[in-house]
Amino acid sequence: MFRLIKDTLLSQAVTLWGVFRKLFVKADTVQYPDEQPYMFPRWRGRIILSRDPDGEERCVACNLCAVACPVDCIALQKAETEDGRWYPEFFRINFSRCIMCGFCEEACPTNAIQLTPDFEMAEYVRQDMVWEKEDLLIDGVGKYHDYNFYRVAGKQVAGKDKGEALNEAEPVDVRSLLP
Amino acid sequence: MTLLFYLAGAVAVIATIGVIVQTNIVHALIYLILSLLAVAVIFYTLGAPLAAMLEAIVYAGAIMVLFLFVIMMLNLGQNTRQQERVWLAGRGWVLPALLAAVLLAQLLYVLGGVEGMSAAEQVGVMAVGTRLFGPYVLAVELASILLLAGLVSAYHLARKTGSGEE
Amino acid sequence: MFSFAVGSALSIASILLVVIVLAAMLIWVERRLLSFWQERLGPNRVGWFGIMQVVADMIKIFTKEDWVPPFADRLTFVLAPAIIMIVVLMSFAVIPFTPEVGVIDSNIGVLFVLAMASLGAYSVMLGGLSSNNKYALLGSLRAAAQMVSYEVFMGISLLGVVVLAGSFNLREIVETQADGWYIAPQCIGFLIFLIAGVAESHRLPFDIPEAEQEICAGYHTEYSGMKFGMFFVGEYLGLVLISSLITVLFFGGWLGPAFLPPIVWFSLKAGIFIAFFILMRAALPRPRYDQLMSYGWLFLLPLSLLNLLVTGAVVLGTM
Repeated sequence: MFRLIKDTLLSQAVTLWGVFRKLFVKADTVQYPDEQPYMFPRWRGRIILSRDPDGEERCVACNLCAVACPVDCIALQKAETEDGRWYPEFFRINFSRCIMCGFCEEACPTNAIQLTPDFEMAEYVRQDMVWEKEDLLIDGVGKYHDYNFYRVAGKQVAGKDKGEALNEAEPVDVRSLLP
Repeated sequence: MTLLFYLAGAVAVIATIGVIVQTNIVHALIYLILSLLAVAVIFYTLGAPLAAMLEAIVYAGAIMVLFLFVIMMLNLGQNTRQQERVWLAGRGWVLPALLAAVLLAQLLYVLGGVEGMSAAEQVGVMAVGTRLFGPYVLAVELASILLLAGLVSAYHLARKTGSGEE
Repeated sequence: MFSFAVGSALSIASILLVVIVLAAMLIWVERRLLSFWQERLGPNRVGWFGIMQVVADMIKIFTKEDWVPPFADRLTFVLAPAIIMIVVLMSFAVIPFTPEVGVIDSNIGVLFVLAMASLGAYSVMLGGLSSNNKYALLGSLRAAAQMVSYEVFMGISLLGVVVLAGSFNLREIVETQADGWYIAPQCIGFLIFLIAGVAESHRLPFDIPEAEQEICAGYHTEYSGMKFGMFFVGEYLGLVLISSLITVLFFGGWLGPAFLPPIVWFSLKAGIFIAFFILMRAALPRPRYDQLMSYGWLFLLPLSLLNLLVTGAVVLGTM
């Protein structure tokens, strides 16, 4: 009997009082368009393509982001410059499908694709939600200030032969029998 | 008050006819509820407010709800409507109508002999109560025993049989 | 003619107007209070503190297409939302607001309210049945069982007050509370009535007939536009009605210290209960359906019968 009263009345009363006290607590939400909420730096919002410190595109068109994307919103085509660098001929993100999951950022081997805290991307025309490379590219380096793929990778490009990258040993001459 | 009485009476008669001729069972039930409410109004005009309210609470409010509940469970579709229509169209009307006409004639004859059935005063709740638990206490107790028996047997029928029960 | 008296045209018109406007305003009040209790801000853009949100909602609901599904039973579908409005508004006829304001001074007021409450069950049942929709049918099945069961305890819990007052007349019940509100001797009856009242107006935590998370919106899944609006306003009217009834039966109606007029006392008490009902919605979780039924029949029914028995014995003993 006591247990029944405790279960049916007391616990309900405690809950009611707990919720009633919230009347005197400041609201957790803000008046959004008038008052911008604080967006955390690592919040996953609009996608950008960053450049390396030299001002070149970081993207090497490896297609890993397109593969990782669960909603298939990324499309790109590989092209190659005369000095051996790979770059996307076009890079297209359909933001009306993008779910801001950040998988592309995790998949990217060159830190090119990054998510920013911006989220205000509403458009009146649906076609305007498709962003091309020119819209996605920014002039800065994003979250990784010193990273340059071609400087650390073994890929051979004009002006940087094999073994000249950072922390890279000279290539071994396999035909030589010297130890 | 007299106008109200005749109006409610007319509603009750028309609604009851509706119950009989309606092929859609839910519509028929709505007519039945309407008829019961009209009877409640008749009780009120006759000076029996307690009976009127009990009619509304018990008949219209509880028993008819259970009827509707059962009909919901039965899931009657278009087929029953057609069957109902077939039944209603035939010559099955003749004998019940004749019998009902005889009853009506008798009722009218009896009512014709009764004088002055108007509501002189309202019978209050207190008066009904003292009557029920005064001269008619035996009838009330008998009725309650009957209801208790019904309750117990309903419980027995609905009880899960088999072992494992305390 | 143009003075406040029980049954005068002015009295009836003002009750009707105030009650309906209040029920509409409750849409905004509830959203605002709920948001405060959930640490949000709530609708505060339209008008002062968002008070014109009601007007915006009304415009929206009135201009929506008034659509009857082709598979629905048309007559019953249209009838159902009207029933709840009519029934609840009829119940307000016997509520004594102040010594002067009221529609009728009936000797069977309590019974009338109970009768109207029991007729209110038809609204949800017919609405669900005529929709020809599985969710609606489930909702109305639940609603029927819940309302029929909780009507019983609602009636029995009221009888304690009736025994103490010696009358079914709500006005007399208020007047006999001049030397003490019935909340003190009838606190068990009050609790049972509170619970049954919530179940009867099927508001949270007992909104099992229209549980959005389980069965869409229950019996009004197929309704839209003004027909849905009538269900909606009917629910808020029921909330106002239950609050007014609690005030009248257990908290002395318009009675109170003389520095405020009776109508203010009445609205103050009723307002506190409306806010309490909204608080219950914000705080309490919904019970399971069978839990609700067994709690009612196995706990509340014996308790209310016991309450009535003890009250009757005490009244007989002190007579």
